[in-house]
Amino acid sequence: MSFGPFLLLAVMESLVTAATLALTAVGLSLVFGTMRVVNVAHGEFFMLGAVLAWFVTTSVGGPEWIGFVAALALAPLGVAAVAALADRLVLKRLNYEPEATIVATIGLLYILQQAALTFYGPEARPVEPPFNFRIQFPWFGYSGYKLFVIFAAIAVLLAVWWGLTRSKAGLIMRATQVDRDTARAFGINVDRVYAGVFALGAALAAIAAVLIVPIQQAHYLMGGEPLLLAFITVIVGGLGSLRGTVIAALVIGLSDGLIAFFYSPTLAKILATLLVALVLVFRPQGLFGAKA
Amino acid sequence: MLRLDGVAAGYGAVRVLDGVSLTAEPGQITCIMGRNGAGKSTLIKAIMGLVSPTAGTIMLDGVALHSLPAHLIPRHGVAYVPQGRRLFGPLTVAENLSIGLMTRGFGDEVRDRVLTLFPRLRERLDQVSQTLSGGEQQMLAIGRALCLEPKVILLDEPTEGLQPSMIALIRDVVVTLKAQGVAVVLVEQRPDAVLRMADRVAFMAQGRVATVVAAAELTRDSSLFQQFVGV
Repeated sequence: MSFGPFLLLAVMESLVTAATLALTAVGLSLVFGTMRVVNVAHGEFFMLGAVLAWFVTTSVGGPEWIGFVAALALAPLGVAAVAALADRLVLKRLNYEPEATIVATIGLLYILQQAALTFYGPEARPVEPPFNFRIQFPWFGYSGYKLFVIFAAIAVLLAVWWGLTRSKAGLIMRATQVDRDTARAFGINVDRVYAGVFALGAALAAIAAVLIVPIQQAHYLMGGEPLLLAFITVIVGGLGSLRGTVIAALVIGLSDGLIAFFYSPTLAKILATLLVALVLVFRPQGLFGAKA
Repeated sequence: MLRLDGVAAGYGAVRVLDGVSLTAEPGQITCIMGRNGAGKSTLIKAIMGLVSPTAGTIMLDGVALHSLPAHLIPRHGVAYVPQGRRLFGPLTVAENLSIGLMTRGFGDEVRDRVLTLFPRLRERLDQVSQTLSGGEQQMLAIGRALCLEPKVILLDEPTEGLQPSMIALIRDVVVTLKAQGVAVVLVEQRPDAVLRMADRVAFMAQGRVATVVAAAELTRDSSLFQQFVGV
């Protein structure tokens, strides 16, 4: 295969990475932007989404697409419920203090990881894609499911954007993000908003995981890499900036995928981390974040 | 009527209010004056539930505000104009007003009434609020509070840093609210503004209401201003 088609294939693979990274990172960014909580357990919500997807698809009989649709509906709901519970039992009791919540979410990370190890086991297990068809290009055939992942992620991101900018719930979230005391003084139940945002952030990570698990297998240690990449994305894009997060996800997902494709995954991670260091030194608020 | 009896409150171990008792009657303007650190803003925050009282009671027409979570207090018709405005800056004028309207489930009719008081806001409904001038931001802060159709409105230094024409406009709005039977509680540092508007003045010192006098008395003897405010 000549370089052109090879590059096209690399870009398409990278777009799959960018799409799921955007979903995961937007969840992390929403939580930080609204609650000022750095959620170190975000990658475990991703892992939990994948593991629940495996449980759901293996429990539901019939054609693969039925199990997949059920997983796409139930796994994010289950993960959102776990997140809302964690918010109520842990974060709220810490009054959302930034330092305390970092330590608490590290604890949550280990609890979720060990719970997955106990109830799911150490094996990596596959989930069948909902459909198997290949799109035939002149140079190579490409998985139709991977293209579906890209379009599904775009649809979810558009729905999040619409919800934030056009709905009453989004208006309440944005007001709470600006000033939680004034929001309270105007009748906004900030505790409920925080629980909802934490659940939504976790659900977005879970959706990304359900979409990716037919491509990568579900494993109890799979949360580490999405967490690292999501943090890199959110820092580069600007903490709390959704537009910045999506653009950074596209840049980092594409560069990570292309460098990994042409050189090595390790080099891709080194360069991404170097980019974060440069952003932190020269533009600490991120590329699209507001100055403090 | 809003009635505070023996309210104590503070931040952590620091006690700022130390047994405040005060009433605010419908159709009256009650001004609160005192030096910096006397506890004026903390008193307003305690009424709004943003600082939890450690002792005492805050009652509004038989409702115990002190035992309600902060987000339920505005639903009883208590509106707040914070010091420094504290608008939802990245939100538009219309969205800031919507937050106020949502609090009590009001709609366009109430919004139109507010915009009649502040016609300049009508021209800027789609403008991001942090790009408004200082005077316009204060109009919006008051307009957002009026979207609650309040029984009691708490204004924390609403004329601070404004030009005279804007101060006059805000004064007119406050007097209109009084005429509509709203109980107005106004934290103010400027004696001339107080004397023009207030029915009663509560002077605070060291976390207590030291004395409450009729504004008319202060026009005859202004020594209390010197004693409690230093002007």
